[in-house]
Amino acid sequence: MSTEDKANDVSADAQDPESNTFAPGPITPEKGDGAGGPIILFFILGLAASMVLGWVIFPKLLYSQKRQPIEFNHALHNELVDEGCESCHFFREDGTYSGVPTLAQCIDCHEEVNGEDPEEEKFVSQYVAKGREVPWLVYSRQPDCVFFSHAAHVKMANMACVTCHGPIGESESLKVYQKNRISGYSRDIWGENIAGIKRNSWDRMKMDDCAECHSRNNVNQGSVQTHRGGCFVCHH
Amino acid sequence: MKIDRRSFLSFVIGGAAGTALSPLPWKLTDDIAIWSQNWPWTPIPERGASTYVKSTCTLCQAGCGISVRLVGDRVVKIEGMEGHPVNDGSVCNLGVAGMQLLYGPNRVKNPKKKVNGKWHDIAWEDAIAEIAAKLKELREKDLSHTVACISGSDRGTVPELLNRFLRFYGSPNFMRMPSIQDNYELALYLTQGVRGMPGFDVGHSDFILSFGSGLLEGWESPVYMSKAKSSLRDNGGRMDQIEPRLSKTAAKSDKWIAIKPGTEGALALGIAHVIIKEGLYRRDFVDNYSTGFTEWKTTVMDGFPLETVSKMTGIDGEQITALARDFARARKPLAICGRGAGQTPGSLQDFLAVHMLNALVGNLNRAGGLVAVPEADYISWPEAEIDKTAAKGLQQKRADGAGSTDYTHARYLLNRLPEVVNASQESPVQMLFISGANPAYSMPDTQSMSNALEKIPLVVSFSSYMDETAAHADMILPNHTYLERYEDVAVARGFPKPYIGLTRPVIEPLYNTRHVGDVIIQLAKEMEDLIAAAFPWDDYQVCLEETLEDLWDTLVEEGFWVDAEYSGADWTDAFETDTSKFEFSNQDIKALPGYNPVRAEGDESFYPLVLIPFDTMRLASEYIGSPPFLVKSLENTILKGNEVLVEVNPATAKTMGLSNGKIATLTTPKGSYKVRVYLFDGIMPGVVGLVRGLGHTAYGKFLAGKGVNYNALSGSVEDPVTGLDASWGIRAKLSQA
Repeated sequence: MSTEDKANDVSADAQDPESNTFAPGPITPEKGDGAGGPIILFFILGLAASMVLGWVIFPKLLYSQKRQPIEFNHALHNELVDEGCESCHFFREDGTYSGVPTLAQCIDCHEEVNGEDPEEEKFVSQYVAKGREVPWLVYSRQPDCVFFSHAAHVKMANMACVTCHGPIGESESLKVYQKNRISGYSRDIWGENIAGIKRNSWDRMKMDDCAECHSRNNVNQGSVQTHRGGCFVCHH
Repeated sequence: MKIDRRSFLSFVIGGAAGTALSPLPWKLTDDIAIWSQNWPWTPIPERGASTYVKSTCTLCQAGCGISVRLVGDRVVKIEGMEGHPVNDGSVCNLGVAGMQLLYGPNRVKNPKKKVNGKWHDIAWEDAIAEIAAKLKELREKDLSHTVACISGSDRGTVPELLNRFLRFYGSPNFMRMPSIQDNYELALYLTQGVRGMPGFDVGHSDFILSFGSGLLEGWESPVYMSKAKSSLRDNGGRMDQIEPRLSKTAAKSDKWIAIKPGTEGALALGIAHVIIKEGLYRRDFVDNYSTGFTEWKTTVMDGFPLETVSKMTGIDGEQITALARDFARARKPLAICGRGAGQTPGSLQDFLAVHMLNALVGNLNRAGGLVAVPEADYISWPEAEIDKTAAKGLQQKRADGAGSTDYTHARYLLNRLPEVVNASQESPVQMLFISGANPAYSMPDTQSMSNALEKIPLVVSFSSYMDETAAHADMILPNHTYLERYEDVAVARGFPKPYIGLTRPVIEPLYNTRHVGDVIIQLAKEMEDLIAAAFPWDDYQVCLEETLEDLWDTLVEEGFWVDAEYSGADWTDAFETDTSKFEFSNQDIKALPGYNPVRAEGDESFYPLVLIPFDTMRLASEYIGSPPFLVKSLENTILKGNEVLVEVNPATAKTMGLSNGKIATLTTPKGSYKVRVYLFDGIMPGVVGLVRGLGHTAYGKFLAGKGVNYNALSGSVEDPVTGLDASWGIRAKLSQA
């Protein structure tokens, strides 16, 4: 059968009134056992369930809760030192930033137990006496591929510690460290708010937050040497 | 209400919409991205305060200063030392990769002894006692002269200790690894009467005429030379490169002149011919500070007219004339030679011809010229009595023949040793120490060197790494690596000023290794009284500090000592010849056979092509095997997977029916290997280029089995003048696999 014949065949069918299944007539909407209502209901159910999963259950599953090895009172220490944060979180002579203090700094005052706090006693007996560094959990630890210079921000741009780290210096105890089970980093990087909404500049520490401040302040976005894209200024 | 298919689908769609509206997919994507950056095998540097230790790199003899960054006791980076006279803050890629040699898996961690072909750990005291016993036994049999030593260098306290040990023990057989240094030293000695090293003030010259020297391929002192070449350019100077292959150096030169390989000396003489003919030489120097010019002039004028040179070199007469004029008319022209990185000595006649060019233009011992740098003289150990056995041993001829009537000029002829050992019934070397060298890999004709090492009854390697030579040894007494030991560095090759560097430990030794200097001193103390007495130091550290005297404090403080004002002795005092002048010709030079291009080994009818090696900064090819950082950086025109590519001119490939990327068999009189063809317009037709530094059998999975070792395919061609290896290539054929 040639193509033309086929075409003729079809047109012949179409002309046959009995074979026309789409005869015009009143349309009766399906009622009673129709699925319109339940379909919407199930849609809403699915939507609600997944929203609950995504917004409530997922964040709970994503993070494990860890306590710091020693309960540390920033507020108390801050009153006793002269140079604020930099008394313990200082810049080294070569300009690099020391970050979390090591025993070498604590030992100046805590070679022996000074007060009555059981945490201090624990610190002295388990760490100072044994010469073991405290495995502090660092809330602001960035992945290794990120290069961040404290000197550029604190010394050169005169930024306050609070801008990125929040009023941690006023805290009396260390909050629970929420460790991301997948990436291994603290929840403070993404931010407490799972939607990523922030109210304060210190609520998040993602790249967008760096970029936001840099573009707001017209900081050079490129490499100083090449004047081109500055990816490798911060990433390596 | 019944849950049917429709409502289920509806639930799923709702779920999908809800998921998209929740942070779950976005947060999960972000976390997985970060997770993927944290594979457990990704090394993460130590955190903490950095400290720096100033030291000197000894991975080659460039003498670069390094600043080693540590966090705690972990080395995290090696940088160039700022303000260092040789490399001022820069460092080469091998230098950067030094950490991988320290922490890599190829270290020899304990002294080892081979028993029935298998390595066993042995205690240090047992190893030393065993070697001492063997040494005593040989002396008792009056065979002290059968003990030999191969050293990477002959300058500095460690080579001097080895040499001194042999001397007091009674053997003349101290050998240095060959290089262009051998010929440059001879050229300086024959013409200027100076025992010194050549320094090249490339940076202050305004015209570099390079006869194949790879300024950007590791020639002499790689970092110094590459910086100097930049200064040359910044100062408006130019550089012409003469070699059969478009090397990186040639590509970065103002002119590249492709020459028939092996005829560089003829071209130098042709250029001299033009300079003399046109009267372009500097009369103030030639007339007042030289002798023998007339004799030499006759040789050049009669023997090297343009047509002859043009025919020999394949370069037309006009071009030679232009080169000669450009060279002679430059203010500070400097001619240099020694092919590629300068690993093979080459022909003395080539070096003399090129050295004469510098004399013709009077650019000796001047800024921007060739400066004779005197050997450092800080090692002045007290003379001591040599016992009778030793005196007798020292009377014996050297095993390699150096200094004998056939080879009067050469100081060391390691290239002759395999032949001598393999040809004799009983090996003339009964015991061999090897320090800072890997001859089984880096000497031509590796097979014959390996055979010789197997034939020598006791081979003791001081290598820190399990290299090819160590694998052939009978005992390994591993030295500390350069990041774990003290040592003086008496040479910065090609650097135009007297210089001493200090290598110092940046960390405690990681393994059960021992300083080779300490081992020598301990061995001496095990020997008879007079030998022991010649080594009065408690250990190497004491020896080094006492030797350096006042210099020690400077070296500890600065990391180096340099005579910064030095620019060579004045012409009136510079020449220590009988005439106190530069000698274009003298008895010794006249006695040398005339210039003849060195022919490549092999029968031309059977091997229609010539194979030449080329060097790259991305591979180490001497004592040190390339660490993974280097191998990773190799371009895919050199290595693809484990297969090496050989450079072939498209015209040559066409006649052989070879196309780009094809597997072919490369055969020379020394062996046959599978290679891949890389069509390259930058290599002369009829020539095949093979990189140096691959084809290791040792050094573990990161290097072993990759490519082919040029030295396994090449042989040594004895220079009729010196006996040194004058080869520049070897005849070869390429056939479809």
